[in-house]
Amino acid sequence: MSVLVYTENWDGRFKKLSHELISYASKIAEMTGGSVTALSIGKVSDGELSKLGNFGASTVLSAGDAGVLDNQLYTGIIAAAAEKVHAKVIVLANNNSGKALAPRMSVRLKAGLASGVTAVPESVNPFVVRRKVFSGKAFAKVKILSGTVILSLAQNSFEVHETGGSAKVEAFNPGIDPSAAKTKVRDVQKQAGKILLTDAEIVVSGGRGMKSGNNWKPLEELAEVLGAALACSRPVSDEGWRSHDEHTGQTGKIIAPNLYLAFGISGAIQHLAGVSSSKCIVAVNTDKDAPIFEAADYGIVGDALKVLPEFIKEARAVKAQ
Amino acid sequence: MACYQISFIFVRLLTNIDMNVLVCISNVPDTTTKVRFVNDNTEFDTSGVQWIINPWDELALTRAMELKEDASNPVARVTVLTVGQAAAEPTLRKALAIGADDAIRIDARPVDAFFVASQIATVLRESDYSIIINGIESSDYNGSAVGGMLSELLGLPSVSAISSLRVENGEVVIIREIDGGKEELTVPTPFIGVVQKGIAKEPRIAAMRGIMMARQKPLKVVPAVEVAPLTETVEFSLPTPKAPCKMFVPDDVKGLLNALVNEARVI
Repeated sequence: MSVLVYTENWDGRFKKLSHELISYASKIAEMTGGSVTALSIGKVSDGELSKLGNFGASTVLSAGDAGVLDNQLYTGIIAAAAEKVHAKVIVLANNNSGKALAPRMSVRLKAGLASGVTAVPESVNPFVVRRKVFSGKAFAKVKILSGTVILSLAQNSFEVHETGGSAKVEAFNPGIDPSAAKTKVRDVQKQAGKILLTDAEIVVSGGRGMKSGNNWKPLEELAEVLGAALACSRPVSDEGWRSHDEHTGQTGKIIAPNLYLAFGISGAIQHLAGVSSSKCIVAVNTDKDAPIFEAADYGIVGDALKVLPEFIKEARAVKAQ
Repeated sequence: MACYQISFIFVRLLTNIDMNVLVCISNVPDTTTKVRFVNDNTEFDTSGVQWIINPWDELALTRAMELKEDASNPVARVTVLTVGQAAAEPTLRKALAIGADDAIRIDARPVDAFFVASQIATVLRESDYSIIINGIESSDYNGSAVGGMLSELLGLPSVSAISSLRVENGEVVIIREIDGGKEELTVPTPFIGVVQKGIAKEPRIAAMRGIMMARQKPLKVVPAVEVAPLTETVEFSLPTPKAPCKMFVPDDVKGLLNALVNEARVI
């Protein structure tokens, strides 16, 4: 079965996310006996494109710049690529753009969609795959009833595998006019150099136990030492201590970093739903019975504000080694 | 007279008077529900479960009400819709109590996202909503699929990850979250908006007056059409329980960091 992967680049570079997708796709191609084609939209150097071969892509289709994400236009481009390579499985990320495009692809190709998949399929005939449900509180095994399959992969759920290969890069003209986009951009604001919460390997997070928005300095310092992104619990963003785009939890951002450091967070079930897929959770909280300790791997019962200076010092020491 | 009518229609087109908004609602278990399954783990255990408006749909409804109440907007009517059996009606009544003008229930057990989107599309083909809003996902099956599928079924533009939506001179202006930033976009109506946190500050709570009024508001039940689903859930499972948390005393941050480096290997 031919497998197509929709990759995204940021200013001409691919992130780990794309490498995860291709590694995942090549595992499926191995199971079904087929090859992996990666689709890239926008300006990316041939060198960067061919590097996708290192994760298992045999071919990279490089479509030119299509402007800002217009769901209808991009769906057309992916559908054209799927048709060209006779894709039977199409893999996207379960991020903002994947959530916008995967359901459209499902209807366009009359192909069953399993979103937020966390593992390689259990079987490919019939196609059965596991996905997260109830915000990570459970899993569901989903059988795809159509011949073509659309999968969106939950972030950080599949390890990157390097194969040492290099992909053949092909210019791809989907025959779609970017000026036909119905969504028009008025303004774009991007913060350069900031580690994105959903990309971060380590996340430093604060809750009500931080007592005030003015007490965030040590968390910012720890994040800087560890190269981490900052997050917060819902009361913190509701109080306006931090902006809502740092809110992690059921209704905020769902994240799955390698390490989640929770300072002064009690761990309401809605908060845990947003972070429980993290590989390792560390909690510092004054209440020894706080639910965060049931989800955590390592914990300290103590005042976050008092523990933080020592934490920063020890983290610095570790990083210096 | 004919000339007057034509110019009237022309003015309507130019200013988009009377935009009707549809908010799609998912009836979901309260987010604090202990998740359990029955019938050999093939079905969600609904015993003792409190049902609520999906949190993102509730925010979408709140924003729709704000638009309607702001006189500078052309939003005239807010309708809520769900695909579900009679048991989902209290949730629709809640939405009416929050302020929606009328409700539609498509009478079917939601089988999969394609089935649900197809049901909604069938109803929408016969209607004139300018703005159709879905929450980014439902808190139970987390599919994030119905809004996108619906827009493709109807051939309408869609924008996902919306954190702000307003109407300016008859044009819909949206702020969409992108990696590391925001985009401000315009989109022609009718369109489908998939919204996330930020679209409204806090969900609106129904007042007693609203609850009383909700009883009188129209709730239309529409029969389902036959649609073959594209997926089938064969089994549910719960995550394997975690090992107990390893505790360190506040004076032993060094020990904890050591465990993160050498045991968990995450730093």
